[in-house]
Amino acid sequence: MMEWLEPIQKMLGPAWLPIWTLLKIVVIVLPLMGAVAYLTLAERKVIGWMQIRIGPNRVGYFGLLQPLADGLKLLMKEIIVPSGANKFLFIIAPILTLMPALAVWAVVPFNAELVVANVNAGLLYVLAMASLGVYGVIIAGWASNSKYAFLGSLRSAAQIVSYEIAMGFALVTVLMAAQSLNLGDIVRGQQGTHGLLNWYFIPLFPMFVVYFISGVAETNRAPFDVAEGESEIVAGFHVEYSGMAFALFFLGEYANMILVSFLTSIMFLGGWLSPLPFLPDGILWMFIKVAFVLFLFLWFRATFPRYRYDQLMRLGWKVFIPVSLIWVVVVGVWMQTSYWLW
Amino acid sequence: MPEIKNYTMNFGPQHPAAHGVLRLVLELDGEVVMRADPHIGLLHRATEKLAEHKTYLQSLPYMDRLDYVSMLSNEHAYVQAIEKLAGIDVPIRAQYIRVMFDEITRLLNHLMWLGAHGLDIGAMTVFLYCFREREDLMDAYEAVSGARMHAAYYRPGGVYRDLPDTMPQYQASKVHNEAAIKRMNANRQGSLLDFLEDFTRRFPKHVDEYETLLTDNRIWKQRTVGIGVLSPERAVALGITGPMLRGSGVEWDLRKKQPYAVYDKLDFDIPVGVNGDTYDRYLVRVEEMRQSNRIIKQCIDWLRANPGPVITANHKYAPPSRESMKQNMEELIHHFKLFTEGMHIAEGEAYAAVEHPKGEFGIYMISDGANKPYRLKIRAPGFVHLSTLDEMARGHMIADVVTIIGTQDIVFGEIDR
Repeated sequence: MMEWLEPIQKMLGPAWLPIWTLLKIVVIVLPLMGAVAYLTLAERKVIGWMQIRIGPNRVGYFGLLQPLADGLKLLMKEIIVPSGANKFLFIIAPILTLMPALAVWAVVPFNAELVVANVNAGLLYVLAMASLGVYGVIIAGWASNSKYAFLGSLRSAAQIVSYEIAMGFALVTVLMAAQSLNLGDIVRGQQGTHGLLNWYFIPLFPMFVVYFISGVAETNRAPFDVAEGESEIVAGFHVEYSGMAFALFFLGEYANMILVSFLTSIMFLGGWLSPLPFLPDGILWMFIKVAFVLFLFLWFRATFPRYRYDQLMRLGWKVFIPVSLIWVVVVGVWMQTSYWLW
Repeated sequence: MPEIKNYTMNFGPQHPAAHGVLRLVLELDGEVVMRADPHIGLLHRATEKLAEHKTYLQSLPYMDRLDYVSMLSNEHAYVQAIEKLAGIDVPIRAQYIRVMFDEITRLLNHLMWLGAHGLDIGAMTVFLYCFREREDLMDAYEAVSGARMHAAYYRPGGVYRDLPDTMPQYQASKVHNEAAIKRMNANRQGSLLDFLEDFTRRFPKHVDEYETLLTDNRIWKQRTVGIGVLSPERAVALGITGPMLRGSGVEWDLRKKQPYAVYDKLDFDIPVGVNGDTYDRYLVRVEEMRQSNRIIKQCIDWLRANPGPVITANHKYAPPSRESMKQNMEELIHHFKLFTEGMHIAEGEAYAAVEHPKGEFGIYMISDGANKPYRLKIRAPGFVHLSTLDEMARGHMIADVVTIIGTQDIVFGEIDR
């Protein structure tokens, strides 16, 4: 802890802890919101370049103020509640989507010290919070009183639930390898003298792929965006939403994308550890890895056509779940032999 | 037990995949389509009735607006019907120009189709790649007729004018500096034929690019193989034509079976599918683009070597040159009659069909000898294709309905007319 804070700590007495935690939350949530805003810009720019366009470049230099303009526009817009909609649920649904997406960040370590809550069951907490997000989607689809929204929320509920299983098994292998549920310990478990060869993506490579693809599916991103399915069910569960209510879904989706990127880098790509043994570890490595994974998200969106709903379920149940189940056993056996080097 | 009822969903007309103003009433069991009921008429403009009240030439621009992504092919059928009825001889150079622009139009249509079809299935990037190439073809339209879409370039008896020797140039602006303009104008220094030749050289590589993104893509194949299967017998029975029919393995192409213009002098192949599903129709259309490129190349070579008149010298149907009109009483009368009354077509009836990018596009015309058709009937391929939507979509899922609308290449301008 920083010494210069001690006089303030003494002065506030028992009120110190909540205030200090609140401060930490603000320090994480505000940059996260900024990151979400600029991720939308990055997405438009990157996909624009892939599609021989230039992307936004009118608002500010290189379109740098575009996210702010978009945010302001959405803030000023009316939130239209359709007639026949359940008003209470309609309003609460976007909040239910965004809140868990923000709450997960409590246990995400940025480097060896920087974490709001160093929980021992961090991985469990992440799984629990990430699954809560689906309620917002289901409620939004049901409360809108629209057939498109209803279909979208049905699809999305089925999708998120089935991909969560594969994702859970992928995480089981990680916790077997790290012998811990604490996210900080998982990163420390990947420390070693060989740099990136010590990271878990090598022994757990199939799980790395399963986890990342499930993560893409879980965040409803292309090619798994059947819940939104622009050309089929228009915008899916949020078709009736406007203004800030829509923006909350949007923020939730992008915050989740960033979260999946963070978790992928923490669990498989060594978090803040440097890939080469002679370079110092640090938070910068974390951000580089996250940026790389986020770029993959955008790349997928520009490249792939969309899965059909039943094909996506087939991939989840018939490919990913068996593969991850088998790999759990393989890792279990492997760890009992002397060939386990991690 | 409560009765479980099917779910009815209104798909369009305000729907991103409705390709214009298609209203589709879907009866769903979960996500499975039990019945698809397309409603038409939202873009009805009474083209056939309007033609009865306009002179032959005044109706011509309406043809552009039927299938508004393959403009000149529509015009070709219309002028052919008039030529057949009046017995007008078309100069050979005009026929080559028409064939070249028919094939450019086929590329325009297929590029639009590929982009929209890709976008419907979720492959966003193909759309923008296709539009990059469409831009050049639109420029060719513009160079020859002044309009980028609704060209109104064909005339009974030929085409409006010969191909231009210069291409329009980009001008420097706030957005593009001198260097960028120079690069953009690099292939526009010569004539239209030079510009098109440059395009035909680049185009096969671009088609390879689309194919890299789609043809072997697992997701693309999962979304298209076995979707909307049409057996050859059913396809023929339903009156399907064009790439839809060839996708089912029936080798029927009017350019080969009843050659019009100069198609019998050109060397090209007709691709056919095997399974009659969406994927085969995709492959057929992609191969057709390559074949069209071949035809354009041959036309360019011929047009370079053979200058000549591009419109008939029969001044009952085509206006005389400005110069002779000023000096010659006979021509002055022709000019006056043509631009006041329009042409008179001999009594009779005729049907002329072309291999339109979407199928057989036909014009059936009855003339009572006046300067307007007595009756004009348009045989639009899209109308027939849309009528099979129910049969093709039944038992598939909602996402497949979008795929099937895409593979039918529906454009509402010609369906509603």
